[in-house]
Amino acid sequence: MTLTLNDLMPMLPEVFLLAATCAILVFDLFIPSEKRFATYLLSLGTLMVCGWITWTTATGITTYTMHGMFVDDLLSDTLKMMLYVTVGLVMVYSRHYLHQRDMFSGEFFALVLFATLGMMVMISANHFLTLYMGLELLSLSLYALVALQRDSAIAAEAAMKYFILGALASGMLLYGMSMVYGTTGNLDITRIALLLQAGVGSNMVLVFGLVFIVAGLAFKLGVVPFHMWLPDVYQGAPTAVTLFIGTATKIAAFAFVIRLLAQALQAFAGDWQQMLAIMAVLSMAVGNITAIAQTNLKRMLAYSTISHMGFLLLGILAASINGYSSAMFYIVAYVLTGLGAFGMIMLLSRKGFEADNLEDLKGLNQRNPWYAFLLLLIMFSLAGVPPTIGFYAKLAVLQAVINAGFTRLAVAAVLFSLIGAFYYLRIVRLMYFEKPHDHHVIAPSFDMQLLMGANGLAVLMLGILPQPLMAMCIYAVEQSL
Amino acid sequence: MNFLTGVFYFFSAILLFSGFRVITTRNPVHAALFLVLAFFSASGIWLTLEAEFLAISLVLVYVGAVMVLFLFVVMMLDINLDRLREGFWSYLPLAAFVAIMMVIEMSLVVGSRTFGLSIVPAPLPHPAGYSNTRELGRLLYTDYVYPFELAAVVLLVAIVAAIALTMRRRKNTRYQDPALQVRVKRSQRVRLVSMPAEKTSTPES
Repeated sequence: MTLTLNDLMPMLPEVFLLAATCAILVFDLFIPSEKRFATYLLSLGTLMVCGWITWTTATGITTYTMHGMFVDDLLSDTLKMMLYVTVGLVMVYSRHYLHQRDMFSGEFFALVLFATLGMMVMISANHFLTLYMGLELLSLSLYALVALQRDSAIAAEAAMKYFILGALASGMLLYGMSMVYGTTGNLDITRIALLLQAGVGSNMVLVFGLVFIVAGLAFKLGVVPFHMWLPDVYQGAPTAVTLFIGTATKIAAFAFVIRLLAQALQAFAGDWQQMLAIMAVLSMAVGNITAIAQTNLKRMLAYSTISHMGFLLLGILAASINGYSSAMFYIVAYVLTGLGAFGMIMLLSRKGFEADNLEDLKGLNQRNPWYAFLLLLIMFSLAGVPPTIGFYAKLAVLQAVINAGFTRLAVAAVLFSLIGAFYYLRIVRLMYFEKPHDHHVIAPSFDMQLLMGANGLAVLMLGILPQPLMAMCIYAVEQSL
Repeated sequence: MNFLTGVFYFFSAILLFSGFRVITTRNPVHAALFLVLAFFSASGIWLTLEAEFLAISLVLVYVGAVMVLFLFVVMMLDINLDRLREGFWSYLPLAAFVAIMMVIEMSLVVGSRTFGLSIVPAPLPHPAGYSNTRELGRLLYTDYVYPFELAAVVLLVAIVAAIALTMRRRKNTRYQDPALQVRVKRSQRVRLVSMPAEKTSTPES
């Protein structure tokens, strides 16, 4: 079988992104550093063209190409569109921050685009090998991004921890995959699903492999007990990179879990449901309780991420169309809110000063009521207070979990969310009922003002009118699974 | 037990021994050399599996390139082994217990009951003219071209990351610009100054 141009059509966004990234990499060499803005514009333009290609080539028909290693379905198209928007926002939010810290370099944008490519490969993977290659492409770019601030010892430490634990997790994942390969003789996700449904292979070896796969996934998602790296990396990395790791990669992680567990190993749902249930409850407990003790905002948000990932696992372990689509909605809600939260840290930071302590938020309302209001919306959404998107996302997941018959898990989730509400609302208290001791004028650039406002209001609007987004998630999941 | 089985056990024994020595030996240079031995015996096992190309490239790439580089690094660094070994004996009982339990559990799962010859039949031996290298090349550039290209992108990212993390331009560094050196004109190098002829005080007679 030879490849024709038609075989490349479904993967046109990836091909374009790779070509454009290489072009930007070379282009960046030839421009002086004061004209670096051109690199930034080109990177944003690349994402827009990718978005346009994905939008116009989305047929809704599931297409396989590259010998069944690449799949182009509605789920991948939807997730990719979300990814472009997220990465674009990350770039816009980070521009000023990077400028102030002398990190506004071509390498940052090239590495972010390469990481985006890796995530797209993961989203569209239909083969264990491509799933793994995409993951490595993403991880390698992320390790370098975390360490990009070379003079910061804390960033180097974070990168080192991330690298070593990430390599360990990849090893576990590969070992699990090799067990599945050993019994089924296949790496193709569609074929593995068919073979497992037909009852091929030794049950014991498959469950053995499944344990390793789930452990590897848990490492990458950062859920308890594989969460140790997450707070250090979130705190140590430059906030621009934390923003990227905290938002965009979660979309790819969702796709990764769906492809591996819901598609390839669906026949073993009964086994992985139990593992996910334990991890979900532990994550929500450890994440929410430890976050209370944090004084660093980035570290607190890291523990909040752990608890949110636990909540995400709840949606996935429902193992139904309803569960997967509510998990997808949850990811969208989380990404949107996370963009706002980390973006706000960068907005409040200035040259030589990081607004990453809880103290720095004191009296924000007196300094700038508009940003205080936006951060209020974001914190409400993270806590799950109506009428924000976070509330509806939690509701949808809980509904799916109860429908799947895990009432006790739902009760635990609600209890831990209540505990979590404490530290989100503490920030609201600091902003509105404390005196500011920092009187610097907050003056972000116009594009940042505009998008940050839109981001905050989207958290509110999508909470009031969640139906279209929810319908989109359900449709995408239904058409693809 | 035929000859091939004997070869397999021979290489496996060396592989296990050298692998064990890598982590127990005191001298890091010895550890690196034992790792070379481990790679070498692994490639011997691959040869018995008729994976000639992989076996040879393992020796070439890992032993020839990676490990030599590694040896250089180990020799350059001043590693304080005593600090690395701190707490070794206090962790040993628990670590050994966990490791032994895992080996037992894993051998129960991945033993001959699940992967034995009765369940996974041995592959048919290939005819005499069969080229392992050609087969691999064909697969890499047809069925597996997509992951192959992705691997290339991963390597590209590694290059970009290495440069981004290590290259720094110092402001005060003096360096030569060959283009300017070539384009230099005579007028830039030699300045002809017209000076009035000086009167030399020659003794008049």
